[in-house]
Amino acid sequence: MEELRNKFPGAVEAIDTQFGETTVTLKKESLSRVCEYLKQEKGFDYLSDLTGLDLGKEAKPRFAVVYHLFSMKSHARLRLKVLTDDAVDTVSPVWKAADWFEREVYDLLGVVFNHHPNMTRIYMPDDFNGHPLRKDFPLAGER
Amino acid sequence: MGIEEKLPDNSVITTTIEKLVNWGRKNSLWPTGFGLACCAIEMICTAAARFDISRFGMEIFRSSPRQADLMIVAGTVTNKMAPVVKRLYDQMPNPKWVIAMGACAISGGIFNTYSVLQGVDKIIPVDVYVPGCPVRPEALLDAIVKLQKKIETENLRTKQDGGIEK
Repeated sequence: MEELRNKFPGAVEAIDTQFGETTVTLKKESLSRVCEYLKQEKGFDYLSDLTGLDLGKEAKPRFAVVYHLFSMKSHARLRLKVLTDDAVDTVSPVWKAADWFEREVYDLLGVVFNHHPNMTRIYMPDDFNGHPLRKDFPLAGER
Repeated sequence: MGIEEKLPDNSVITTTIEKLVNWGRKNSLWPTGFGLACCAIEMICTAAARFDISRFGMEIFRSSPRQADLMIVAGTVTNKMAPVVKRLYDQMPNPKWVIAMGACAISGGIFNTYSVLQGVDKIIPVDVYVPGCPVRPEALLDAIVKLQKKIETENLRTKQDGGIEK
């Protein structure tokens, strides 16, 4: 993982290892470059999950987007994390699976994915008001 | 729709025909075979061997709403599903009746949330409400028997549009 620090200077904010699982926190500007590298050179050919977190209204930045990578060949797993207040770049050109995952995060949390091919809601109706998984969203909806 | 349109005004035999037609309608209720949540499992169970809905002459669950005259709203109606439920109801020919099965169909139940319709009576008229979470098969059978009693007393002239008395 130190390799990432050398390869992309300034891109890695933190590397944590817990219970044998590694989480790399990245600067959001370098996300797509690092992902491309991890897929092409390091064999992380499978994006097993992509989720969003609302860290609360007071948190700066407020949202986190988490990427769970898997290598079909070496069976290695890697977790990437990006913090943002509004938007991050899409990784759907790298892993096709990211397309719908990113729409889900956008729909429920309101994090926008730049350059996404179809940045629209996926679960809620198109005319829905608000993003229901935000911590400050009223349970019964904004009526 | 049906025989009531053929009746002349001020007919003295209305009551008799009414009784005859209502008797026919109540004894051949054909429900739509669609379910939305856990109540649907109880509805299916009601149709199966242990509770056997066909003892009461209501067993022909139709796969097409155009062949059905009873809609059993079995389960949670989400806001996304609501237009579909409304369309299925509109596709049913008159006369038609609706049973709201379970807490969710009646009022949204425990799901007082952004995604759930707070009662199916907000979009279609309901004849019988059956409480339960989920509804027991006996309760559903009782609800349909109650609906049959209601149909027995219906006025053919005013019964034009499903459950709405004009």
